[in-house]
Order: sequence, then C-alpha cells, then structure tokens
Amino acid sequence: MSIRAFILFALIPITSWAQGFAGLGGSAEGFSRPMPRYSFEFPRDHGPHPTYRIEWWYLTANLKDSEGQDYGIQWTLFRSALKPSETDGWQSPQIWMGHAAVTTPDNHYFAERLSRGGVGQAGVTAQPFEAWIDEWHMRGDDLDTLNLTANGADFGYDLDLQAQGSLIFHGDAGYSVKSADGQASYYYSQPFYAVEGTLHLPDRDIEVSGQGWLDREWSSQPLAEDQSGWDWFSLSFDGGDKLMAFRLRGDRGDFTAATWIEPNGHATPLPDGSVALTPLETTRVEQRDVPTRWQVSLPDRGVDVEVSAITSKAWMGTRFEYWEGPVSISGSHEGRGYLEMTGY
Amino acid sequence: MIPPAIQALLSHWRTHPLQLVTLLTGIALATCLWSAVQAINAEARASYKRANAQLAIGQFDELRATGSMIPLSRYAELRRAGWQVAAVLDGSLRVDGRSVRLMGVDMVAYPALPAITQIEQGADAPNPADILTAPGRLLMSPELAPHFQSDDEFPPILTSMALPPDLVLTDIGVAEHLLNRFGQISRLVVLPDQPRDLPPLSDIAPDLQRISPSAQLDTAQLTDSFHLNLSAFGLLSFAVGLFIVHGTVGLAFAQRRGTIRTLRALGLPMRHLIGIVLVELLLLALIGGLFGLGLGYFLAGALLPDVAATLRGLYAAPIDGQMSLRPEWVAAGLSMAIGGTLGASGHALWRLSNMPILTGPGLQAWGGGKTPARITGALGFGLLVAGILAFYAFQGLIGGFALLAGLLTGAALLLPIVLSGVLAFLQKRSNTPVGQWVLADMRAQLPGLSLALMALLLALAANIGVGTMVSSFRLTFTGWLDQRLTSELYLTAADDQQAEFITAWLTPQTSAILPIRSTELTHETGPLFLYGVIDHESYRRNWPLIDEGPDAWDHVLNRGAVLINEQLARRADLWPGDTVAITPRHTLPIAGVYSDYGNPTGQAIVSMSVLDEIAPGTQTRRFGIRITPDRASDLAQALRDRFDLAPSAVVQQTAMKAQSLAIFEKTFVITSALNVLTLGVAGFAILTSLLTLWTQRLPQVAPVWALGLTRAKLARLELLRSVLLAAMTAFLALPLGLILAWVLLAVINVQAFGWRLPMNLFPADWLGLFVLTQIAAFLAAALPAWRLLRLPPAALLRVFANEH
Repeated sequence: MSIRAFILFALIPITSWAQGFAGLGGSAEGFSRPMPRYSFEFPRDHGPHPTYRIEWWYLTANLKDSEGQDYGIQWTLFRSALKPSETDGWQSPQIWMGHAAVTTPDNHYFAERLSRGGVGQAGVTAQPFEAWIDEWHMRGDDLDTLNLTANGADFGYDLDLQAQGSLIFHGDAGYSVKSADGQASYYYSQPFYAVEGTLHLPDRDIEVSGQGWLDREWSSQPLAEDQSGWDWFSLSFDGGDKLMAFRLRGDRGDFTAATWIEPNGHATPLPDGSVALTPLETTRVEQRDVPTRWQVSLPDRGVDVEVSAITSKAWMGTRFEYWEGPVSISGSHEGRGYLEMTGY
Repeated sequence: MIPPAIQALLSHWRTHPLQLVTLLTGIALATCLWSAVQAINAEARASYKRANAQLAIGQFDELRATGSMIPLSRYAELRRAGWQVAAVLDGSLRVDGRSVRLMGVDMVAYPALPAITQIEQGADAPNPADILTAPGRLLMSPELAPHFQSDDEFPPILTSMALPPDLVLTDIGVAEHLLNRFGQISRLVVLPDQPRDLPPLSDIAPDLQRISPSAQLDTAQLTDSFHLNLSAFGLLSFAVGLFIVHGTVGLAFAQRRGTIRTLRALGLPMRHLIGIVLVELLLLALIGGLFGLGLGYFLAGALLPDVAATLRGLYAAPIDGQMSLRPEWVAAGLSMAIGGTLGASGHALWRLSNMPILTGPGLQAWGGGKTPARITGALGFGLLVAGILAFYAFQGLIGGFALLAGLLTGAALLLPIVLSGVLAFLQKRSNTPVGQWVLADMRAQLPGLSLALMALLLALAANIGVGTMVSSFRLTFTGWLDQRLTSELYLTAADDQQAEFITAWLTPQTSAILPIRSTELTHETGPLFLYGVIDHESYRRNWPLIDEGPDAWDHVLNRGAVLINEQLARRADLWPGDTVAITPRHTLPIAGVYSDYGNPTGQAIVSMSVLDEIAPGTQTRRFGIRITPDRASDLAQALRDRFDLAPSAVVQQTAMKAQSLAIFEKTFVITSALNVLTLGVAGFAILTSLLTLWTQRLPQVAPVWALGLTRAKLARLELLRSVLLAAMTAFLALPLGLILAWVLLAVINVQAFGWRLPMNLFPADWLGLFVLTQIAAFLAAALPAWRLLRLPPAALLRVFANEH
C-alpha cells in the first residue's frame, strides 16, 4: 500500500466496497442533501458546492480523424469533501482529483492528478468558467465555449468545444433519483458540444473532430447502501436523438433511469424499469470480467440496439479503478457514445 | 603419534589454567572493543539508510529557493505549469528541553512513506480527514511519543515504528501552524512521473534551483569522519589486546619447550607439530573471539544510546539506540580474532619451526628476549619517522591517522631501550648494593615486562591525549557559548507583520532588539546559511572571531565585507583578505573568521543591507532580545501569552546553553568510555606479565634472600619495582599523550568536525592519571609480592639444590 492508497482512504471515508463504489454509499452526516424542486442558478451552479460530499465535471467526446478512425477522450474533475466546508491553505478539507484519458482503436492512455483545495492547485470558478487541476483545464467565458487540455507522461490533448444546444436536466428537473430509497443527486448535462482539436499520442499528433458530452452532478450520498456500482451510457444516435441511461446494481435489485433527448433539446425523463440494459459479452480486463457488449432496449422509443466497446482496453487503472471508453451502436439505431462501468 | 602429541601439548593448559584464561581474555578483549566499535558504526550507517528510505529522502531531485523559503503561490504556479512537485516544510520543535526535527509533507502528493503505510494498516487506522485537517495528527516513533503526550498544545499523536527517532512527521498544513510559518515551503520534491511538454524551470521559476540527490546534504558523508575516529579507537584497543596474546603465547611456547623437545626426539615431524599448534591456536582464537563478540555486542548495546545522542546532536543524524545482530559482523569479528591471534603468535611459531631439535628449555628465552632492545628501538624510530613523513605526504585525515599510528607504535617500540637506558643511568648513580641489584634486576626483567609496559604506555598516552582534547573542547566550548549567546531571549516570529508588532511592543521594555535575518544558499562546499545583522556592541564586543583583519566589524557593517564561520574557512581555505563567492553574482571580501562549534554547515554574516541585496525579500523572523537576565523568564512568558507564540518561538539563553552543553557532554561519553576500557586492558596486561614472570623469579630472588634480605623486604622491593616501572612509563607517556592531543585537536578534529580548538593543559588530570597508574601497578604487583612474602624458605633453598 502506498501514499496513493492512503489518498484512496481520503476519498473513501468508509473503506468497504460493500458500501458502494468510491464510498458513494456512505452516510451524508453534516453534509447538505439534494432536495426536489431545486432552482438552478447559472453560472453559480457551474461552480463547486463544498457543502455536498461529492461533485464532478465529467466530459467525454467521440472523435474521428481525417481517415474516419474512431477516438475517445475523457476529462474529469472530481471534488470530494472530507468536511462540509472550505478554508484557504493546506488544511482545506476539499480534495480534488483529475482523470484524463485518450482511447484509440487499439490503445488506452490515462493519467490522474490529485490535489487539495485552498492552495490554488485545483478548483472550479463559475464566472468566467474554469475547472482546473495542475496544468489541466476546462475553461471559457461560459460553459458554451470551452478549451480543454490534459497531459499524461506520454499523451495529451488540446480541444475546443462549442455548445450547439441548451443544458439538459435529468430526472425531476435536475433532481436525479438513484435508488428506490430515494438517494439522489443534482444532475444536468450539456450533450451538444461540437469538438475540434489535437490529440497528442506517443508517436504522433492527430487532428480530430466530433461530439462532446458534459455531465455535471453533485450529491452527498448518491448511492444506496446496498448499491455497489453502476453502468452508465451516453449514446448519440445518427438521427440526432440522444439517450442517457444508467443502471445502479444493488443487492436488492437493479435501479435504472434514463433521459431521452431530442435534437431540439427537449428532454424526457424515463423512470426505473423503462430501459433494459443487458450485458451480452464480458471480456477479461485487468483480472476482472467486464461487460464490453450490451443490449440496450427502450421499447417506448423503438430502440433495440447493441452497444460494443471500440476497444476493451479502456480500463482506468487509477486510485479507484473503472472502465470508461467509447462505444459504437448498431441495430435499430446507429451511432456512437460513451460507456462507464464501475464496481467490477 | 598425533593423539598423544596433542594430549602432551594440551596438558600445558591443564597445569597452567591462569595462562589459558589470560590468553583467552587477551583475545576476547581485543575482539570485544574492536567489534563493539564496528557494531556501533554499522548500526549507525544502517540507521541513516533506513531513515532516508523511511522519509523518501535522497531519492528525488529537489527545488530550493535562493531566498530561504518558497512561497505557497510559487508551488501553485509550478503545479499549474505541469511540474509534479510535493511540498515539504522542515523545522524543529522544542519539547521537554530537547530539539526534535519536524518534517511537514504534503500528504496528498508526497511519495510513499512507510510510516503512513504502517499506521493505516494498523488496528485503528485514522480517518484521513483527521490527518489532513485541523488539528491534524503528529506521526512519531513510540519512544518519542511520551514527550509530546503531556503537552496540550500539540495535535494528537499516531505512533509508527517506521519513523526515525527525534523526527516528527506531519501534514504540511499542521507543520506550518506548529512552526508559525504559514504559506511557506522549505523545499519541493520533484516527483518521478512528469507529464509531457513540461516548460523549463528557468522560464517559470528562475529563482528556484534544482538540486540532485547527490548534492543534498548527506548524513552518511557528514558522519564518516566521526566513524573513522571510532574505528581508530577500536583498532588501538585491538592492538593493546594483542599485546596480551603475544605475551602469553610466547610464555606458553617457552614453557612447553621441554615437551616439544621430547616429542620431536620421539620422532614427531615438525610439520605435524606446527599443524597441531596451529589448530590449537585457531581453536583458542575461535573461543576467545566468540567470547569477545558476546562482550562486544553488549558493550555496543550499552554505548550505542550515547553515540546516537552524539550523532543526533552534532549532525542531526537520525539513529536509534537499538542494536541488531548482523552475520557479517560476527564473521568479521571472528576473522579479526583469528588473524590477530595468529599474527601475535607468528613470532613464537616462527621460532618454534626453527628450533634445533635438542635445544634446552631456556627460561629467559621467550618474549622479546631474543630480539635485542636496540633492534626494536631502531624499528620504533623508523616507524616514528615514517609516521611523520606520511603526515606530510598524505595530509588530511589519512595523514593524521598515519601520524598517530606511527607515533604510537614507534614510541611503544622505543620504550624498552629508553627504559633500559634510564635504568642503566640510575644504576651507575646508585651507591648501595641493594639499590644496584634492584635496578640491575629491573633491567633484566625488562624484556619480559616490556610488552605490558608498551600497552600501558599506549593506554596512558591515549588517555592523556583524548582527555586533553575533551577538556580543551569543553573549556573552549563553554567560553564560546558565553560569547555567542549574548542575548537573553531569542524569538522567532511567524511573519513580517507579527515581527513588527512584537518589535513595537518590546522596544520600550528592553535594552536592545537585534534582528537576525537569514537565508539558505548553496556554496560549492555545500549548503551555506547567510545571516544579516545590525550594528550593535553585542556583536562587536563578544562575537568569537578566531582570525580577523583590521576593523573587521567596520568592514562588515559599513563596507560590504563578510564574516565566515571556521567550517567554511577551512573547507574552502578562505581567510581574511580573501574573497568568497556567496552567490555566482556576489563576491565579497572576508573580514574575519568566527568559531561555530556544533554546526556541520557553512555560515556567513553580512550587514542587513548586503543581505537584502543578495536575497531580496528575505524576511526578518528571528530576534535577539537584550534585557536584564532576571526579567528574561517573565518576558518570555509575556511574549508567548500576548502574541500567542508557540513555546519554541521564544527561547531563553540559559535553556539554549544548557541544551548545547548537554549535547556536548554526550559527544564525548563514547570516547571516555573507550579510554577507560583501554587503560583497564593495559592494567590487566601488567598483572599477567608480572604473574608469568613470577614463575621465573625464584632463581633470581633466592641468592639475594640467601645474602640476608628478608622476604618482607623482598616483597616490598617487588612492589617498588612495579610502581617504579609504571611511573617511568607514565612520565614517558606524558609527552606522547600531548603530541597525540595536538594531532587530535589540530589535524583530526579539523578534518572530522571542521573546527580547530586551542589546546589547553590540565596538569591536575595528569596527576590523577599518574596516581591511578601507580595504584594499578601496585595492585598488579601485590599478588606476586604476597606470594613472595608467604613463600616457605624451603622453596627458596630448593633453588640452590637444583644447581649443580
């Protein structure tokens, strides 16, 4: 065990996996709790909410180079509060963690950064918008126009994002329920980014363009105690419709939720049980069996598709490990998207 | 033939058990002291290595500022430029009257630390929130914990075996609070995994220097000379122990000549004989060596805590007082025992192999008897000269030790011829027959006693030499402390603003406030601490300059000159009139050199304005406060209360002095202990020599007794003889000891510690040592004298019956 593992403790005050992935099932004592009918206020809510235990700025993008080759990138900044407060200096209880990855058809590169708040090394400001950790940043005058960079030892990227649509609020106007017990988070997205820029790979730089999807979510106890992980899909169909769907796996059964997003930005929340997410095939990745081919069906909308990982190698070997990578869609609809699987 | 031969040879030890005990003791003593020193050295070195590994020190490059501290904002800038660095804030805490190193690391970014691992794997792993947020936790070794538990001002404690003693590890957020250094960083550790496309350091932080692990201050290097010193002492004890071995083996061979002659006459080939004797010696060496190792292990265990205290005090070297048994140490110790025994017996073996088959059992023919005193004397003189030549040829520590070795062995070998000469001179002057007989008898006894006397000479010389060094040091050091620590209170403020408030508050209450501004620089000889001072008579009057140009202080305070400490002066060979490059852009003339005992690093003093020019923005955090001594205590408390200062932020001069002296006393405990032990070994050597000589005394004493001297008178003369020889040796040891002291003070110490001490003479100590020697000689002769007193006249008469 190392200092890195020590930090894992910092992020997981309750260490047992049975308590949910990354401690997300821990108790929320002393922290604020998401309530229904919250009125979002922007740009304020693009910034951090230190009295909530956990929060993230999560961007994924499906990209192609000039030859039509598929790529995926991930840029995530997590905030985890040891205490529901913020102070200046080293004793700030806010811990920040950055994850970045580039996935090519046959390789996956990732990097991780860790910092605490209070010393200027990492943080988020709402106006002008900037989320940063070390030299990585996601910034722009507002959330509609962003510049995104990250670097690892052998890869990096520099991308420009332009929003083509409005923000999407999941669940009940941004109040997203995560279990039958009522655990919930605030959750909104910007799924309409046009992305353009450069990927730096060990052997070459590649000009790419494509579509990006930003998730914003904060909570203090998003998982129920029996829930140990989730499978999360963000799918963009060639016809312009988009689907966000997740399945939270628990001892007492799975909990699913989804949002159907039309090209004009109209979003329809879909309750537990509307969407069926079924693993079709698992692949042995880093000594774990990870589902890399799925059947996603949403009978209400006539969706019955197979979702396959572009490469099974998209394992994030970070402090808490998970699978996150680009997928391709075939069946009733064609398209591309991103898949995240935790707790395997 | 071989088994009976072995039996015959071994029967000697059965009839002479005391000789066997003496021989084994000699081997054991030689091995014991040598191994003890080796064990201590190995333990200390292992400690340094362990501590470095425990704290991940010396594995990574570091960034340091030319000004003493790195601001927190600079850390954030580096991070935001992509540089993966971890912040460390070092300092010291004073608790229970001892100084403890505090290392505050950014627990989120610092590389793996075994201490953390151990704590988090423990039964009650702490919540990371407790470690990272106020009040935080202090991590320390279990032995240090009791000192902190009684004080409510410190955060709760977590103990870990994986931490060096005298070091407290904590998060940097806790450290800046305890040290009153908010937003400051001592050094940045450059982490191994850096991202691609990193901008060069010179673009983003030109004020920071990147220092590779090899250029960082290395404890092992610093303490090398200290360990060499200890080794030399161990070697000296080894040599003294071997004197005993040499003497006893020689005696045993001489006494076994009859047996050997008979065995050879019966047809035992010389090869077999030598083989048997060699195996016998090997066995004895092994037994004695094992005994010695056992003793050495315990001795090292007993001495180690003091050595540890010394090393911590002098070099802040992390070392714990725990011994562990190392196989390579056992192997080395036994090899030394065997090698030493065979070496010490070589002469006897060689003579055995060359002995004509029918040579009679000569009684006087052992020991140095066959080598004329003139040859040993010449050899001794040669060694003396060689030592001096080596000193000039090699210089430095090696030269110093070569000179010591040459001096000591040369003088020892010269001893018999000098004593013989003195006795001959006295004999000519003596006008009573008894007096002449006693002196002649002593001369005749010299070859048999000379080895023991040589051992005594060495032990006495070492005692005088080391004693003079330690006492000189103590005298100089106490005086130096008085000069150096002139202010009644020393205060460390948290920041400039607090410093201003405190100064304003203090000014009406004190006679003077002396600001001390300092910054850490890097000189080619290692780290260099630069201090800025103001013009005050406290400096002009008291500062301990050992070498100065004209108007040294005027030059420093008004004309941009610099004072440097002795360590820097000697390392870089810079003296008043030379110039020193404080930084690549600042070369200053040297106005004087001051003594700076107990500090391993280089130091320099300039005026405040010069310091500001060299390191702009350096803040004044330390102050010396002059007030009447009886008010110091109250003012210290008032300062702490009013400005909410940590106890370590206000220190009284008296406490500082007491602590420095305590460190000093510890420094030489090990030396004194080894000293006393060597003297003990020498006393033992005299006793064994006299006891073995006793067996040959009767033929010499009997005729004198027959001429009318009573046994009581003879016994008194026996005592007198021993005391007189010891006295003569002691007289000769005095100049040798003083030369030794000079070499230690002027050569070895300069190399080992970087300072040279004035030599003081302590006749009272010599007198004490002289009396001790006389008592030892008296006691050593008491047993033979008592035997003589109780000898039945028939035994004396039998001497004549054996004569033809």
